[in-house]
Amino acid sequence: MTLHHQLIVNHLSAGYDDKIILQDININIEAGQITSIIGANACGKSTLLRTMSRLMSPSQGQVLLDGKSIHSTPSRQLAQTLGLLPQSPIAPEGITVGDLVSRGRHPHHGFISRWNKADDNAIAKALETTKTTELMDREIDELSGGQRQRVWIAMALAQETSILLLDEPTTFLDVAHQMEVLDLLIDLNQQQGTTIVLVLHDLNLAARYSDQLIAMKQGQIHAYGTPTNVITEGIIQSVFGLHNQVILDPLSGHPMVLPIGRHKITKNT
Amino acid sequence: MINNTESTFTRVKNGRKYRSVRWARLVVILGFIVSVAFSITLVLGQSFTSPSDVLSVLLGHKLPGASFVVGQLRLPRAVISLLVGMSFGMAGVAFQIMLRNPLASPDIIGVSAGATAAAVFAITMLHLDGASVALFSISMGLLVALSIYGLSYRNGVTGTRLILIGIGVSAMIESITVYLLSQAQSWDRQEAIRWLSGSVNSAQLSQAQPLLISLLLFGGFLLSRSRDMEALRMGDDTAQALGINVNMTRITVMVSAVGLIAVGVAITGPIAFVAFLSGPIAMRLIKNKGALLLPSGFIGACLVLTGDYIGQFLLPSRYPVGVITGALGAPYLIYLIIRVNRKGGSL
Repeated sequence: MTLHHQLIVNHLSAGYDDKIILQDININIEAGQITSIIGANACGKSTLLRTMSRLMSPSQGQVLLDGKSIHSTPSRQLAQTLGLLPQSPIAPEGITVGDLVSRGRHPHHGFISRWNKADDNAIAKALETTKTTELMDREIDELSGGQRQRVWIAMALAQETSILLLDEPTTFLDVAHQMEVLDLLIDLNQQQGTTIVLVLHDLNLAARYSDQLIAMKQGQIHAYGTPTNVITEGIIQSVFGLHNQVILDPLSGHPMVLPIGRHKITKNT
Repeated sequence: MINNTESTFTRVKNGRKYRSVRWARLVVILGFIVSVAFSITLVLGQSFTSPSDVLSVLLGHKLPGASFVVGQLRLPRAVISLLVGMSFGMAGVAFQIMLRNPLASPDIIGVSAGATAAAVFAITMLHLDGASVALFSISMGLLVALSIYGLSYRNGVTGTRLILIGIGVSAMIESITVYLLSQAQSWDRQEAIRWLSGSVNSAQLSQAQPLLISLLLFGGFLLSRSRDMEALRMGDDTAQALGINVNMTRITVMVSAVGLIAVGVAITGPIAFVAFLSGPIAMRLIKNKGALLLPSGFIGACLVLTGDYIGQFLLPSRYPVGVITGALGAPYLIYLIIRVNRKGGSL
C-alpha cells in the first residue's frame, strides 16, 4: 500500500454540553507511522481520538482527511479509509469469531451488493494477521481478554482502511497480552503501511512502540514529536505532575521513564 | 503460508455460506409454520371445512355455509392476525435492538399503550374511523416515544432508566384508556377487551388494507435497514466506525417501528407481549446466524395466529388472543428481569 491518506487536525475544540475538553488542537498525523496519544487521566486523550474518528462533533475547527472535513464526509465513504476500534465494543450474544470479523466488511457493501471474493480474502487475511484463524468457530464470550482484543482488531482490519485509530486497546490486558497487541500493530504498520493512532496508558510501551508521541495536558497538546523529544524529565513532570528520571531502555534504545515517588528510592536523584 | 491462506480463505467462505444457508433455511421453516397456522385457522374452527371448500371460497365461489364461516368469520381473523403479528414482531425487535435491551420493547415501555389510548380516544370520543384513527394513533405513539426518551435523557440515554420511565408512563397511559372507556357512550364489553388486552374478535377484511400498507411502508423500510441494525448491536461506536450514520438510523428505525405498532393497535388493540416475545424467541432460534428482523416478524405472526386459535377453541371458555399471549409472556418477563438483574442481558 503506497497510497497514504493524510489526517490533519485543524484548530479543533470539542467538549460535552458546556464543558470544553479540547482546546485549539493542531496536529498533522504522520502518514504510515504509529502515533500514540499519552497524558494524565481526563486530559482529553480519548476525546481527541473520538473527535478524530467522528464519534464526537467538534465545537470548533475541523478534522481533515485528504483535505476534506470528516464530519461532512458520508459515513460509509469515511469508513472505507478510516477505521476505529472503540474502547468497549459490544459482542452480540453468542456471535462467533468468523461472523464478527466478517462484519468489518460492512462499509464495503451497499444496499444490495453481493458478498464477493474480495470480502472473503480480506477476512482471511485479517484472521491470519491477528492469528485468530483457529478461533474462527468459537463464540466471543468464551475467549480470553487477549484473544477477544485480537478478534476485535481483526474486525477493524477486515475493514481494510489505511488509517486505524484505537482507543486504549491494551487497557484490560495483562502485560504479555499488551505486548502481543502492540506487536500486532507494528506488523500491520510495517507490512501494510497502515497509519496507526492510538491512546496508550503505559508510557514506556508508548515510548518503545511509537514513531510519534502526542503528550496532552488539560485539553491541549503539550508536546508532539518523536519519543526522544517528548519523553524528557521536564515534559513528563509537567504533563503528569510526576517526579521522574528518564533513562535509555537497554533493550530498545528508546527513552524510558522511571517514576519517583516518596518511598523506596535509595539513590540520590 | 500460501496454502495456509488458501485454507483460511476456504474456511471463511464456508463459514459465511453455512451462516447464510442456515439463516435462509430457518426463515423458510418459519414461513412454513406461519402458513400452516394460517391454514389451520381457515380449515378448522368449531366445525371442519374441507381444504377444497376453503380453497373455492378463497377463489370467490359461493358455497352455502362455508362462504359465511370461512369468508366472513375465519379469513378476516386469520389475515388480521397474520398482519398484526408480523407488524408487532418486527417493531418489537427493532426497539429491542435499537435500545439494546430485551425489556425495551414498545409494549413494555408505553409506546403501544400510548398508541392504544389515542385510538380509543379517536374512536370513542371523536367518532373517527379508518385512516384518521391510524394517524392519530401514530402521532400519539411517536409523542409517547419522544417523551420517554426526553424524560430519560441525562447526558445520553441508558437502557435501564428508559425502561423504568417507560413502565411508569405505560401504567399511567393505561389508566387513561380505562378512563376513556368508562366515559364512552357505546361502552361494550367486546370493545373494552379489545382495547385492554388486544383481540381479533371484531376483525374485518377491510382492516387488512391499512395493515398491509403499514407493513409494506414501515416494515419494508426496516428490512432495508436490517444490516445496519445488526451492526448497531455491537454498540454505537462500533456501528459508527463501520460507516453507519447512527443517529439517523436510530431515529428512522424507531419511527418506522412506532408506525407498525400504532397502525396495529388501532385495529386489534395492544396484543399483550407479542412485540416483547418475538425478538428473543427469534434470537434463540437464529443464534446469531443472521438478521433477526424477518424471523421475528414470522414469530409474531405465529404467536397471534396460534394464540387466537388456542383462545377460541382449545380452552374451556373463549378468551381473546391478548389473554393467551399475556399468559405466555408474563413468565418470560419475570425470567428476563431476574436474568438481566444477574448479568445484564442484551439482544
